[in-house]
Amino acid sequence: MAMTTSTDTNLPRSSVGSATRHNLLGTGAVTKQSMAAFLGAVPPVDQVGIAERVASLATRSVKREAKAKTLRLAVSMIDLTTLEGMDTPGKVRQLAAKALRPDPSDPTIPLPAALCVYPAMVPTALAALEGSPVKVAAVSTYFPSGQAPLEVKLADVRAAVEMGADEIDMVIDRGAFLSGRYVEVFDQIVAVKEASGHCHLKVILETGELATFDNVRRASMLAMAAGADFIKTSTGKVQPAATREVTLVMFEAIRDFHDLTGAVIGMKPAGGIRTSKDAIRYLVLLSETLGPRWLTPDLFRFGASSLLNDLLMQIGWLRDGRYQSPNYYTND
Amino acid sequence: MTDSAMTDKADTPPGPVAAADDGGLFELEYVTSTEATDIVGIADRYELFIGGGFRKPASKEYFETINPATEEVLTSVAAGSSRDIDRAVGAARDGFETWSALPGSERAKYLFRIARLLQERGREFALLETLDGGKPIREARDFDVPTAAAHFFYYAGWADKLEYAFPGLDPKPLGVAGQIIPWNFPLLMLAWKIAPALATGNTIVLKPAETTPLTALLFAELAAEAGLPDGVLNVVTGDGATGAALVDHQGVDKVAFTGSTEVGKAIQSSLAGTGRHLTLELGGKAPHIVFDDAALDQAVEGVVNGIFFNQGHVCCAGSRLLIQESVSEVFVDKLKRRLSTLRVGDPLDKNTDVGAINSRAQLDRITELVEAGRSEGTEIFQPACALPDRGFWFTPTLFLDVAQSSRIAREEIFGPVLSISTFRTPAEAVEKANNTPYGLSAGVWTNKGSRILWMADRLKAGVVWANTFNKFDPASPFGGYQESGFGREGGRHGLLPYLQGTH
Amino acid sequence: MATSSSSRLDVRKTYKLFIGGAFPRSESGRTYPATDNDGNVLARMAEGSRKDLRDAMKAARSAQSGWAARTGYNRAQILYRAAEMLEDRADTFVAQLGYGGLSKPQARREVEQSIDRLVWYAGWGDKYAQIMGNLNPVAGPFFNISTPEPAGVVGTIAPETPALLGLVSRMAPAIIVGNTMVLVASHRWPMPAVTFSEVLATADLPGGVVNILTGPKANTVPVMAAHMDLNVIDAFGHTQDDMAMIETNAAHSVTRVVRPAADGFAWNDDRVARSPYMIADFTEIKTIWHPKGM
Repeated sequence: MAMTTSTDTNLPRSSVGSATRHNLLGTGAVTKQSMAAFLGAVPPVDQVGIAERVASLATRSVKREAKAKTLRLAVSMIDLTTLEGMDTPGKVRQLAAKALRPDPSDPTIPLPAALCVYPAMVPTALAALEGSPVKVAAVSTYFPSGQAPLEVKLADVRAAVEMGADEIDMVIDRGAFLSGRYVEVFDQIVAVKEASGHCHLKVILETGELATFDNVRRASMLAMAAGADFIKTSTGKVQPAATREVTLVMFEAIRDFHDLTGAVIGMKPAGGIRTSKDAIRYLVLLSETLGPRWLTPDLFRFGASSLLNDLLMQIGWLRDGRYQSPNYYTND
Repeated sequence: MTDSAMTDKADTPPGPVAAADDGGLFELEYVTSTEATDIVGIADRYELFIGGGFRKPASKEYFETINPATEEVLTSVAAGSSRDIDRAVGAARDGFETWSALPGSERAKYLFRIARLLQERGREFALLETLDGGKPIREARDFDVPTAAAHFFYYAGWADKLEYAFPGLDPKPLGVAGQIIPWNFPLLMLAWKIAPALATGNTIVLKPAETTPLTALLFAELAAEAGLPDGVLNVVTGDGATGAALVDHQGVDKVAFTGSTEVGKAIQSSLAGTGRHLTLELGGKAPHIVFDDAALDQAVEGVVNGIFFNQGHVCCAGSRLLIQESVSEVFVDKLKRRLSTLRVGDPLDKNTDVGAINSRAQLDRITELVEAGRSEGTEIFQPACALPDRGFWFTPTLFLDVAQSSRIAREEIFGPVLSISTFRTPAEAVEKANNTPYGLSAGVWTNKGSRILWMADRLKAGVVWANTFNKFDPASPFGGYQESGFGREGGRHGLLPYLQGTH
Repeated sequence: MATSSSSRLDVRKTYKLFIGGAFPRSESGRTYPATDNDGNVLARMAEGSRKDLRDAMKAARSAQSGWAARTGYNRAQILYRAAEMLEDRADTFVAQLGYGGLSKPQARREVEQSIDRLVWYAGWGDKYAQIMGNLNPVAGPFFNISTPEPAGVVGTIAPETPALLGLVSRMAPAIIVGNTMVLVASHRWPMPAVTFSEVLATADLPGGVVNILTGPKANTVPVMAAHMDLNVIDAFGHTQDDMAMIETNAAHSVTRVVRPAADGFAWNDDRVARSPYMIADFTEIKTIWHPKGM
């Protein structure tokens, strides 16, 4: 009796003029005034309201028959990640092997979207993934802190691009943002986008440091206006990392940005997503807020590592009818 | 800046297939399987609960109660008559001698037991509430039942602290309370009535709504399980005539009624000149005001919740959206889009947002008023919505650019229908908001603290929700101005209607 | 202390401190014998030291903001559950109070009064602010509200007797509004205090909200009174003639000291020992202003 309604995100936009992402802040250099007007037009966010919406959507349950399909989709959305000072070629090769064969006992399992590594590990990752559709995403711009001169951050980007990375995950300058130098934050993203060349660019806001939802929403709009292909919650090095609440705030910003300009921007929550239950809750939030169009690895990624095995165990349970043991799933 | 942000499927390099296998959009499919109905047992027939036990009605007659989502008969309940009311009031009077003499701490412990039992048996009550009334199981489970239990817990704590509630007052109960409750939140309204009355030492004859008697009858069982002394609580099921008999009974010291303004006025007339105490919680036509500086996406959720929660069967529903003109287009677009994700359907489906209309009669009323709106020429919006063939259903509806004078702006629809108008300034918003004989609740969305307080001061409503809506707590008083009634339920002020010397 | 009716040997309980939700031994390693009214040894008790006091204070402080952030309803439910657990173990407490020379009916009466007193204070959790907080009608376009907040960490000296009722009577009013506490139990009659920690531990009370130390009071009370990170000292259980020591120590950090009006507080009298004004001693009043304008 219940019906599934589809979300039409292509409702006719309000006639605010023909804004595109390129002229949102006017043409020419962005000024303090135009930035203030742009950010001032971003609506505030009510923290309690967000928490309530997240809690309400957490009660949605996915049809058992569709669950396996949904879990597989989640697998295909993973950016399998290792970002440690102690990463070695051996470690990266092992992770790549896992990406190419997530579950040796089940060859129908899809592959994760990408491997996410430090620039020094890009060549190793590329070699290990050669011939496969799994992409290589490089963190850069002096990840995770971003506390370095712009030239150094751009050099970091160019190095990764030259080595052959497919995607760049940059960090915004939180110090500049929190001290109100928004034009500087914007200009840095524009410069990084340019240095990224053909690489798809994810902009990490580091929501844990931005602290308020108002800041997160404004930073999201700013990043999208500056050229982000994806906006991403966190580096994973700061607590709190991704939460469903902050993710919803960013989804709402993406929706507004789409309404304003027609641009379709992706989103990536990263850090702290470990269970299938949680992953499904993120997908529900995504579907309810942005609609089915965003339910694809082209527009949504999970920045995670241990999530993969939990997804595999749930897929195993649905397949075999038995609760699974981690012993049967390889770490690499 | 480059154009690569304009992501297009054609530009995407080949990668792992993630979308649906046919290359179309992936669709997240929610469960349509439902809450197990074997958790609660439903008897073939229910008697009246009088003097601590279940008794047959004097008339030996019964009437059916149905599931409004399927129109199936659930069971029969006793048709209480004035003779039964008389017996019940007598039992309540006897019970009063015992109950009012107990130390407050002992009364408190009975009420704590009831609160705990309601928590323990929550699933049964939630299911029964959904089956009998049509509300989504998720709401019954997550809101109605826990809030009812919390209400008992809160008032339990007052039973032995009444001397601190009102300085200078020696707290004495009124006696026997006749309480008549509606069908929109049957168990919760029962809790709102019973908890403060018992805490203050009164005893009760309760008349549940005709279409939703079952949770009250299960509650009577629970009260017996808690060891509540005989006659302290009596439940007499029946129709409007049964309620009238209770109102008119000379042995009732206090009448408390929640329901329509029309019936409230009739009750107030009946009691005129009798000297008996009365509190009324009646209808509303609440303004829901959104300013341009509001957290817009959360305001959309608030507005949607305000009118579609419980199918709009809410006396304090935000049924009139007053949106600041400078942001009205953007806001209404967001609202329309949000309506298309509302799930209307089987109340037993845990994913359902909007359940069944409570009865054929109510559905007819809603339909009539919506037709009136249409014929007045008001623009209407309804999302595409496949409704089941059996049962009583109404599609969530928006009326746009509604004139203050139209029927749908003035009359309480008590259904999932929102009328939308614009305003320009705060003063204008207040003027439009107050332009109604009702005065139960109001909502205000703005980011500016001083404006919240300025508006709250001026809105003629017993409950003002700022940057939220439909929030209820046992500690928070609820009730209306003007034709929305008088008296408060909840909080310290909720004790006033049940004590001598306070009104 | 169960005696076996056959030749079966019973397993004797070890009585420990209650700190941070766990049951550690004293860091001093010391114990002392708890004896009954006739001097027979019942069990060995931990002898709390100043370092135990220090650890308990840390646990109480670290638990305080989380405990205060819970709703009054939640705290009320937890205290009510403690009453449920106490009721369930009433027989054990009756036996333990009996060692102190109380008759069975007297002991039973004390246990029942303790249970009912817990329930009474639990009921304030979601309503105390309604009688002690209020809007202030100031002469200007301002919203002005005064609201009671928990003072923070309370250092409590429980009376020597009544060994159970005294402890419960001082614990409940402080924690129901969000304070946490370090409590120094009766030295002569410590067993009910330790058993009561078990009641708290099974009542969903978060670790660190209540911490209980046994042992000679001289080891811990002066150190507690001098502790700079304490917000209130509850000296209801302290001997009047030594009150000056407490108050002099408290003065170093302007810590409030709470004590009864006179010697011989009527613990058994509900009219005196049950009062929202007991709660008031453990709160601060915060007043907030906000303009009202378009």
